[in-house]
Amino acid sequence: MTEKKLMKGNEAFAEAALRNGCRFYFGYPITPQNELTEYMSRELPLRGGSFVQAESELAAINMAYGGAVSGGRVLISSSSPGIALMQEGISFLCSTELPVVLINVSRGGPGIGTIQPGQADYNQATRGGGNGDYHVIVYAPSSIQEGVDLIGKAFEMADLYRNPVMILADGMLGQMMEPVLLPEEKNPLREEDIPSVKPWALTGHKEKRPHNVIKSLFLVPEALEKNLTRWYGKYQRATEELPEYELYQTEDAEIIYVAYGSTARIVKESIQMLREEGIKAGLVRPVSLWPFPEKAFEELGPQVKNLISVELSMGQMIQDVKLASAGRWPVSLINKVGGILLSPQDIVDETKKLEVNR
Amino acid sequence: MAVHKIIIAGFGGQGVMLIGQMLAYAGMLEGKEVTWMPSYGPEMRGGTANCTVIISDKEISSPVVSSATSVVAMNGPSLEKFEDLLIPGGDLFINTSIIDIPSSRTDVEIHEVDCSGLAMELKNDKVANMVMMGAIARVTGVVRLESLEKVMEKNFQGKKAALIPINVKALKVWKYREK
Repeated sequence: MTEKKLMKGNEAFAEAALRNGCRFYFGYPITPQNELTEYMSRELPLRGGSFVQAESELAAINMAYGGAVSGGRVLISSSSPGIALMQEGISFLCSTELPVVLINVSRGGPGIGTIQPGQADYNQATRGGGNGDYHVIVYAPSSIQEGVDLIGKAFEMADLYRNPVMILADGMLGQMMEPVLLPEEKNPLREEDIPSVKPWALTGHKEKRPHNVIKSLFLVPEALEKNLTRWYGKYQRATEELPEYELYQTEDAEIIYVAYGSTARIVKESIQMLREEGIKAGLVRPVSLWPFPEKAFEELGPQVKNLISVELSMGQMIQDVKLASAGRWPVSLINKVGGILLSPQDIVDETKKLEVNR
Repeated sequence: MAVHKIIIAGFGGQGVMLIGQMLAYAGMLEGKEVTWMPSYGPEMRGGTANCTVIISDKEISSPVVSSATSVVAMNGPSLEKFEDLLIPGGDLFINTSIIDIPSSRTDVEIHEVDCSGLAMELKNDKVANMVMMGAIARVTGVVRLESLEKVMEKNFQGKKAALIPINVKALKVWKYREK
């Protein structure tokens, strides 16, 4: 079927995961991602999958660990404080090289914060809140359709890199409705095919192959060092292969906004408003947040005067923007926090107020 | 008009979210670009709720609006909160069943709709929100009434299909006098 459906972001994300063969979901209710858990509780059993409402997010991430260890295609989702509780598990998933897709329908923080949308989990997502040297691959969709498409990619990359992949959405994308084109239903991996498709999985050796061992404890220092070196080879490859971005009206732009997720689409409207006044603005929209698409900034022309990071946080991505700009341009911040969204007019007004644009 | 930006607001339980969803759905059926953006949170029956619907011939970037082409106030607090966002010449829909304060705007088109009174004329107070939805569609032309009927056919299936005629009637019960 190529018919568009009008869906809430949370429901569309769940359906996209199911159509990509996800048959294991573990979650715990939290606003603003509840419709995702609810959808899975209703639909996953109908497709022969397993839905478990865990007793906490900590339990959910460890159930995901168990599902992935045995070769299942696993999705978990939560919102900011819930993702915070999962950080230990995420570190474990990286050190055991397990493919799991996580969706963070983020809200404002810190702490319990607010249930309204926020983008203050940028550092948590890209730097990680767990211990040790690791990275999670992070994609930030800007529309429900892009979220649906990126979920398919996230599962593929999780398998390819044997690493958790996060979709960083926010309350706005989770709660709003847009028409979406869903992917074709893929056949889920059958249990009997797991040993050939995922030979590392703990499927039982049945005396026919050497034991598979998946663990995150390495008491011999050289063994851990060797693993870390190998993992970082993998992360190096990711920084070469995975960066994704969109350039929007940057060809002649003097002011370049950098924004991701739902905020980026609000910025696009601000750009139209500014252009009607003759102010040339454009947008760099990172689609992958880790690896951060530094290459996007190499494509900017000599007419660019300054960069503005637009975020629903006190300024987190701006650090990556500064690193990527490498001192070539001044970098300012336009932001809003507390769960309040920026309106297109807010961004226009704040842009004109900036010292650098006067 | 190429872009309709409609804010619909009222008490929780008045069906404001549903009005928005059905308009968006009808817009999609007509091949238009649509977004529906709800306020969400500790909303409940009797609390306040609102949603923003954009229906456009072109791709929609921001689902958040700085100004609206139509504001639909189902209760007094919503009128006070959102009337300033209406563009000059925009359409302001007021549910006069419960709003007895006047709008402070003099530069917009005001449409008074007695949602509950008209619904009671049809002997079904549950269709009050459909009365308003019909008014919105007919005044603004954002979607055709036939498209809204199609949405009802998709939403009300099985036993619920019996509810379609009364809801369709509700769309047309308000008397719109073109100025």
